[in-house]
Amino acid sequence: MKTILSRPVYGTLSPQAGKSHLLIADAEGASAILDLAKQAPADFFASAHIMFIPGRTGDTFQPSLKALKPAQYYEGPSIAAALPRLTWTLANAHMGLRVYLAGTEGLIGQMMQAAIEAGIDPASIQTEHRGSWARRVQCVHCKGITENVTTQPVTCSHCGLLLLVRDHYSKRHAAFQGVCINAEDPTEIPQTEEIFR
Amino acid sequence: MSAGTNKLNVTVTEVVAVNELVKRFHFERTDGGNLPTFSGGAHVVVEMRDNGTTRLNPYSLMSSPLNTRDYTISVRRDDVGRGGSLFMHNRVKRGMEMVISYPVNLFSLDLRAKKHLMIAGGIGITPFLAQTAQLASTGSNFELHYTCRSEALGSYSEVLRERYGNRVSLYLDERNERIPLERLLATQPLGTHIYVCGPAGMIKWVRDMAATHGWPDDSVHYEHFAAPQPGTPFDVKLAVSGLEIRVGEQQSLLEAIEAAGVDPPYLCRGGVCGQCETNVISYDGTFKHNDHWLSDEEHCSGKKIMPCVSRFEGRSLVLER
Repeated sequence: MKTILSRPVYGTLSPQAGKSHLLIADAEGASAILDLAKQAPADFFASAHIMFIPGRTGDTFQPSLKALKPAQYYEGPSIAAALPRLTWTLANAHMGLRVYLAGTEGLIGQMMQAAIEAGIDPASIQTEHRGSWARRVQCVHCKGITENVTTQPVTCSHCGLLLLVRDHYSKRHAAFQGVCINAEDPTEIPQTEEIFR
Repeated sequence: MSAGTNKLNVTVTEVVAVNELVKRFHFERTDGGNLPTFSGGAHVVVEMRDNGTTRLNPYSLMSSPLNTRDYTISVRRDDVGRGGSLFMHNRVKRGMEMVISYPVNLFSLDLRAKKHLMIAGGIGITPFLAQTAQLASTGSNFELHYTCRSEALGSYSEVLRERYGNRVSLYLDERNERIPLERLLATQPLGTHIYVCGPAGMIKWVRDMAATHGWPDDSVHYEHFAAPQPGTPFDVKLAVSGLEIRVGEQQSLLEAIEAAGVDPPYLCRGGVCGQCETNVISYDGTFKHNDHWLSDEEHCSGKKIMPCVSRFEGRSLVLER
């Protein structure tokens, strides 16, 4: 895959020294948690909180995640739905909490923002990309965010402009930049291709 | 020469005996006007001209960074040290002109922190006097835990209590009181940074305990100026300058290099900043590493030395200097 300089470098989850552990995953990201579990100390999940957004993987991963017996297990329908719970969890957390994020770039980016906002040092957060490379795109014109973008170009879900998805990732927005592709001549409609999988 | 070796001509405006071991010195610019701005945790290197010997010792600035009319430092008398603190205690008087470096900060606050947890041991309290003043001026959240031998030797404990009330906790050895470190580490809100200044053993205790409690490295800050230790004299060959020098018993390797007319970079002169890191070309003997800069692997490699605090014993040592 072509390197994008502005894209964060994702690693491989591994158990860290800590008093408690917050593991957040969406879809195939669950498999990163299961892989981490293979090398985790025996009492690791007794002080762990798993937040999982199954997405397109449906029921595939729930039984194995629950079998890890985390102290808390949460399942939510979307990242947006899970964020208030994350914010609340972090507001009541203490130093010694370690954060692990696995799955899509959209999940990692948005959860990372919430964690940084809560005062966690971003370098201490473990991340691992698994699953779809679908992009979260911010329209530079209306500022609206379009989720799960797999095509080039894409129609902004807010203002309707046809956007070129640039290889410019903003950590602050946890999104790629989308710029109008036919501003000079709106009647010119380039062919749409599915390229972010 | 390097940043931080810019000099300031100052006059001693006040010398105050704080207790039986600690004296405080106030410096103002000899030519009047304000001193350079600094931030809490900064230090200056004080030049001492002592009968032909020049000593350059780092001391943390303890005055408020909001006031640059004068700088103040506190010096703990060390009767068995190399004489820098004794010079300050016995020879420096009000009205004397001295030379100090511009301030350099190797122990700065991380202002992204939601809370600052400070741990001080003994004279290690000095940088925290400046840092607490800075944080209080912006209404920031901090807590200071200060341990010392006795009430009488607890320099500035009263003034800190007066200024910040129960944000300051004092622990006295004479009462067998100890900082409840485990409890402190386990109960801090997310986004807390910890700062420790004091004896080497205490810094290690805090760093190790913080790591096992899952505190990220970037949230743990420490400063310990190692004073150069006296030791057996040894000979050194400086390959770049083509000089052969002898390091005296009471001299540091850095001081001996400087005395030979070579001008290596330095900032802290206490084994902390890394500026004077020097490559070893060859050696036959044993290094006496005393710095906090090189890693354990580097200490064992025989390839690097910090001449400000470290020594050597053996037949030959050749440095790239």
